[in-house]
Amino acid sequence: MSSIEIDPQTPKLLIKQGAEALVYSTTYLLPHIPALLKHRPSKLYRHPTLDARLTKHRCLSESRLLIRARSLGIPVPAVYFVDESRGEIFMEWISGSSVREVLDKVLAQEGGEVVVDRMMVKVGAVVGALHAADIVHGDLTTSNIMVRNAGGSELAGSGEREVVLIDFGLGAVSTQDEDKAVDLYVLERAFTSTHPKAENLFQDVLKSYEQSFKGAKAVLRRLQEVRTRGRKRSMIG
Amino acid sequence: MIALGLEGSANKLGIGLIRHTPSKPAEILSNIRHTFVSPPGEGFLPKDTASHHRSWVVTLVKQSLKESGIKVKDVDCICYTKGPGMGAPLQSVAIVARTLSLLWGKPLVGVNHCVGHIEMGREITGANNPVVLYVSGGNTQVIAYAEQKFNLLFIPAFSHNLTPELNHRYRIFGEALDIAVGNCLDRFARTLNISNDPAPGYNIEQMAKKGKNLVELPYAVKGMDCSFSGVLAVVDLMAAQLLSGKPKPLLTPEGQPVTREDLCFSLQETVFAMLVEITERAMAHVGSEQVLIVGGVGCNERLQEMMGLMARDRGGNVYATDERFCIDNGIMIAHAGLLAYETGFVTPVEESTCTQRFRTDEVLVKWRD
Repeated sequence: MSSIEIDPQTPKLLIKQGAEALVYSTTYLLPHIPALLKHRPSKLYRHPTLDARLTKHRCLSESRLLIRARSLGIPVPAVYFVDESRGEIFMEWISGSSVREVLDKVLAQEGGEVVVDRMMVKVGAVVGALHAADIVHGDLTTSNIMVRNAGGSELAGSGEREVVLIDFGLGAVSTQDEDKAVDLYVLERAFTSTHPKAENLFQDVLKSYEQSFKGAKAVLRRLQEVRTRGRKRSMIG
Repeated sequence: MIALGLEGSANKLGIGLIRHTPSKPAEILSNIRHTFVSPPGEGFLPKDTASHHRSWVVTLVKQSLKESGIKVKDVDCICYTKGPGMGAPLQSVAIVARTLSLLWGKPLVGVNHCVGHIEMGREITGANNPVVLYVSGGNTQVIAYAEQKFNLLFIPAFSHNLTPELNHRYRIFGEALDIAVGNCLDRFARTLNISNDPAPGYNIEQMAKKGKNLVELPYAVKGMDCSFSGVLAVVDLMAAQLLSGKPKPLLTPEGQPVTREDLCFSLQETVFAMLVEITERAMAHVGSEQVLIVGGVGCNERLQEMMGLMARDRGGNVYATDERFCIDNGIMIAHAGLLAYETGFVTPVEESTCTQRFRTDEVLVKWRD
């Protein structure tokens, strides 16, 4: 695919600067189609050959995962356009808030857990569907799970809103229970460190995950193991 | 207060004397080192290294006291490396520390080797609260001090062992999942039969300066962790092909012959890019602009240059030290030990063991707020 010139008039607004990528909100093709642009800029410190290789590889790998997930009906942003030589992916703009934001708001209120019960079931099912397709996310935190806005409806309706997985920058295809268990472990840590009440909510996630695909039980057994050792090894010399 | 530091966790035996005066920079009274150099193509074995330490330690301690002009009675404590490191060399030095402690009637302080590197780096460079990249023959870690102002609770990688003392520990953000980066470089030096004098990594660095073709090697970064054994396996295979010319001469995609220098260059460019990437990710997580490189591989000027390019891109800067402090030394053990001693920490003789496994995040860092 050769580089195309993006209309310089298209406004780009930087919304997030990670270590690897810059994320912009912009539009795609038409000014009224909102889009998210993920750009992996070239790194000065890297040898140009290595830099080009990594940028291209990561761009394509992320896009492939998104496309694979979407073709299986797993809710992830649609990929609009990829320019791997420039390190750019245009994808669907998900308007909504992250699960972390929702939890922060909801759990601050008395009895707020009830409201997000259904949301937890959805999270478990979506992660299960992803793992059933042998895709691991690699950075499955509550910030990387979005809840779509349904026409401005507020928190009360959050159980009815679609849950979408985002940011597959560290994702991979894997059939190993270990990798899937680590996904769950990372998600669990994200839950328990958000709020004490969130710990119970995560049990709902796991229950729903368990029923979502055939291999789920094996992954949950593996999760027990991952929990006891953490992700870290004991340090040798 | 004055501390004597004894370091011998790997092939360097280091003796240092340091003086701390309140509200003044630490004063280095003596910092001497003797290195066990193995023949080209060989690594240093624990028993030979321990034997080297045993035969040199008395001479070095005497020389250190002599050149500093410090009397034994002025020394406040004796600091030794408790771990991590190679068992036999660690034990040899711990015995010396215990003996001196009983002989002179001075308290003992067991020091974590990695914390020694970090504290010395901070003291020398003046970097206040940096993200630390600790890279040596035995260790590869990205570390930051966990202060309350960082919202570390949301970083799942290490929130699994939250304790009330969270705020007084160095946290490991990322690390090598298999061999250390320095081990990867050292072993490649063995493959090419490069001299281990003064250090295999140094000789690789010099050769890399003459290399210009980049060959494709695996690049293994996983989040903030990385892996080096696959890179080593591939570059070793390439070296074998280069040296034997079989099954066919090693050529670049453009048809140029690949040289030993090219392999050194490619290996450095690849593994250092991995290190800089995981460091950058940690900096983005904690919102820090300072980065400090410590450990033997930290002497490498290309690594320092690459880290500088990354840090400047983020509006920050890189701090590094030279070989006197980067490479294992006694002064860093004396310094970190004295910091702990000043908070009231001592290691009773009956607990003055050493250990091959001793994680950086196990140490309670009472001297920082």
